[in-house]
Amino acid sequence: MSNSIRQLARRALILIASAAAASVLVFGFMSVLPGDPAEIALGVNATPDAVASLRAEFGTDRPLYVQYFDWADGLLRWDFGKSYVSETAVGPQIADRLAVTAWLVGAAILVALLIAIPLGTLSALRHRRFTGLVVSGLSQLGIAVPAFVMGIALIFVFAIKLGLVPSGGWTPPTEPGKFLSQLVLPALSLGLIQGAMLTRYVRSAILEVLREDYMRTARAKGASSMRTLFRHGLRNASIPVVTVLGLHMTTLLIGSVVIERVFVIPGLGSLLLDAVANRDLLVVQGVVMLLVIAALTINFVVDVLYVVLDPRLRGS
Amino acid sequence: MEPTRQDQRTRRRPLGPTFVVGAALVGLVVLFALISFVWTPYDPTRVDPTVRLVGPGAEHWLGTDKFGRDVFSQLLVGARTTLFVGFIAVGVAAVIGTPLGILAAMTRWRVLSELVMRGNDLLLAFPALLLAIMFGAVFGASTLTAMIAIGIATVPSFARLARSGTLQVMATEYITAARVAGRSTLAIAWRHVLPNIGAVVIVQASVSFAIAVLAEAALSYLGFGTVPPTPSWGRMLQESQQFIFDKPLLLLWPALAIAVAVLGFNLLGDGLRDLLDPRLEERR
Repeated sequence: MSNSIRQLARRALILIASAAAASVLVFGFMSVLPGDPAEIALGVNATPDAVASLRAEFGTDRPLYVQYFDWADGLLRWDFGKSYVSETAVGPQIADRLAVTAWLVGAAILVALLIAIPLGTLSALRHRRFTGLVVSGLSQLGIAVPAFVMGIALIFVFAIKLGLVPSGGWTPPTEPGKFLSQLVLPALSLGLIQGAMLTRYVRSAILEVLREDYMRTARAKGASSMRTLFRHGLRNASIPVVTVLGLHMTTLLIGSVVIERVFVIPGLGSLLLDAVANRDLLVVQGVVMLLVIAALTINFVVDVLYVVLDPRLRGS
Repeated sequence: MEPTRQDQRTRRRPLGPTFVVGAALVGLVVLFALISFVWTPYDPTRVDPTVRLVGPGAEHWLGTDKFGRDVFSQLLVGARTTLFVGFIAVGVAAVIGTPLGILAAMTRWRVLSELVMRGNDLLLAFPALLLAIMFGAVFGASTLTAMIAIGIATVPSFARLARSGTLQVMATEYITAARVAGRSTLAIAWRHVLPNIGAVVIVQASVSFAIAVLAEAALSYLGFGTVPPTPSWGRMLQESQQFIFDKPLLLLWPALAIAVAVLGFNLLGDGLRDLLDPRLEERR
């Protein structure tokens, strides 16, 4: 037991060190950005005095390392600083947009799992038969379509041709009907593709498990084939699937940047792209940092789950 | 027991359908790109207001876009853009990632190996799209920033693969023999390790190419990839999205092109894996 705790502590330390390194990278990289925020804010006709005083107000007259520690220290308290462009606090903006993106990504994961688990299992059980081949083929096709192309196709069929749902926009979940009708297409665009990808992993994980001795033992001691599959098969197959799902959560988070553009959704991705267009440095820096920390944390959680799900890994 | 080289040669497996379909689709994209160098029906960048949004026909095979540019010509040159971005991105990733992975596996200094792999994990937290948007914000969006960003983001997959492949090779007897014979570490890496992990690196390159094509399309769609007037499939989609109601065909062609390229490289990668990696055979 102490071994697994030591292992978790080691991974937690790596997570913290990686997050710190990432913050240096992101800050360092963004400080290469040409142009002085104060000069940009005041325009070409600004007097040197005005620029100097605004620089002092922004704090950009301080040495870079001081600015870095100030920024990094704020991050720990969800304080991303005050935008040089809109002169409002960045933190609350990010929080609002994050809530939107979280709904989108959560719904997409649900869609992906609802597709991948039944289809992957089916295609593993019907391995080398017609159904299995059809599922494998469809998942291969699904992977080849970028999520944003899928989004455009879904808009064409369900919003334009059939007129079932709106082609875009966003309503908070306080109006459930409208919220769901606008969520369904973007969630499907992201989820269908991820589902197609995940189907292959579920399939190969179950194929692997089906050959295990304990499956034969369970059948031999009289468990039904369904019980064997659910009690022993899916549980063991879940280990590689959880890993892949974790890694794909990062992909989904980044994929949502593009999908938000397709469906005009005011999420984190739209915030990032608008901030780049407006040269809103601190917002870009804040959103990028948040996404990177999310990715690092997801990888950490996957590592931990791995140890929890597979007792064999605890010893090593 | 590992099959020897001789075994592999005498027992040559037939090309699987996956490989054939993948190679055919990739071949189609390459053909489009090659044709575009010698011939396109029209100059793909020529703006002609008199023929805006013309449907498919004898004059313009696949019609024209909102600026009156010929869609087929853009599609042909777009293949060139796609392949170019893919080659550079995958090249950058393979050339940086493979040696790093070999280094991490072969070095005697554990700290160095640990440093390389932790750096690798850190890089994994910067997906291609995010890196490209950052690069675009600082250096301005261009094909170059997109290629480099996609390439850097792909380094970890090559480094991991090369490391685990090298560890396997290093455990074999012929490496011990080479060491005893007094070969230097560098010579072992070059003469024994690299040729033995070459196959998996090539498979990874094909799969990474598909991911690079997807990333380029998404970036160009967002305006962070190829800039006008260079034709790009992703940007064709973005420019035509407003006509989804009246002219859905304008969106169909670039979407189809992207899907064909991605499917092709994915299948080619799978097919190559079947051909080159005998261990996987029993799993099918």
